[in-house]
Amino acid sequence: MNTDLLSMFLTFAKIGAFTLGGGYAMVPIMEREIVDRKSWLTREEFMDILIVAQSTPGLFAINMASHIGNKARGVVGGIVGSLGVALPSIVTILVIAMFFRAFKDNVYIEKVFMGIRPAVVALIAAPCFSMARTAKLTLTNLWIPVVACLLITLFGVSPIWIILVAGVAGFLWGKIK
Amino acid sequence: MIFLKLFIVFSKIGLFNFGGGYAMLSLIHNEVVEKNQWLTSAEFTDIVAISQSTPGPIGINCATYTGYTAVMNEGYPQWMAFLGAVLASLSVLWLPFLLMLTISKLLLKYSKNNVVSSIFSVLRPAIIGLIAAAAILLMSADNFGSPSDSTFQFIVSLLIFIFAFVGTRLYRIHPILMIILAGIAGLLIY
Repeated sequence: MNTDLLSMFLTFAKIGAFTLGGGYAMVPIMEREIVDRKSWLTREEFMDILIVAQSTPGLFAINMASHIGNKARGVVGGIVGSLGVALPSIVTILVIAMFFRAFKDNVYIEKVFMGIRPAVVALIAAPCFSMARTAKLTLTNLWIPVVACLLITLFGVSPIWIILVAGVAGFLWGKIK
Repeated sequence: MIFLKLFIVFSKIGLFNFGGGYAMLSLIHNEVVEKNQWLTSAEFTDIVAISQSTPGPIGINCATYTGYTAVMNEGYPQWMAFLGAVLASLSVLWLPFLLMLTISKLLLKYSKNNVVSSIFSVLRPAIIGLIAAAAILLMSADNFGSPSDSTFQFIVSLLIFIFAFVGTRLYRIHPILMIILAGIAGLLIY
């Protein structure tokens, strides 16, 4: 497969630049660029990678980029793809960080953010309910998210432990079932 | 050494991020706000807001911003802060990148496998708990104002919270639009 590395870098940089909020918003844009326009993958290959990217650790976008790059152009392609996706966001936030620190104490900026903060907390809380369906949450396993949440908020348990224990428990549950 | 610490903390965040975006927030909050105190709770919420309205995954956005801020707060010059930002961003990426390269082949082969699917049957519900925890931890006086000292801000915050929650859940208002509306409300009300 003859894929120019520069063209790969630019394609992924474009995907990175036009995905606001990250994550799944990226999927339709990726599909159009990588399957329809560049033909680096077939639609079936794209779907398979989607599943793997969801179930491995790390950032979804980077997982997608590294795997697609790897498939099309080997390990170098994977690195180029990942850096391409990451670059626009690193540059944007650096610029914002520089200016934000200077403007943070401005009265009007502070007012705007006083309004924004509670809205952001609501935006974080909302997906819990839509995700309940994807995770096949029923009365019998509802205790899992509740206990995980209580351990983190009340006892200050690191989420890392929750992930490790949940993974091991799932493995053991599969063995005895 | 701040650079080594940034590298270790953000490598850890990258490695243990399952379920993307929001699931990562409780982990980042735990490391960045509680353990290392590189950012305040309010600053953390501000970055989440900024992340929603700028390109790129939240994890990288948080890493870039935290890397910059943490190094600046230590009193280093700005070019060092740039290095800190790039270092933190790449730290989030490298471990998952290596893992993805090696695991993906195996997982593709075994994704229909019972062991893998039973692991995920517990992991997925647990991740919802992680996200809920992030939301609950952020319901602080930093973000909402305190009911006794700043009653007016607290009540306004509660109303904005309810409006934003209902707006995204029931009316599917785009998160970016939601943030802009809340910002305008803040500017007009306060």
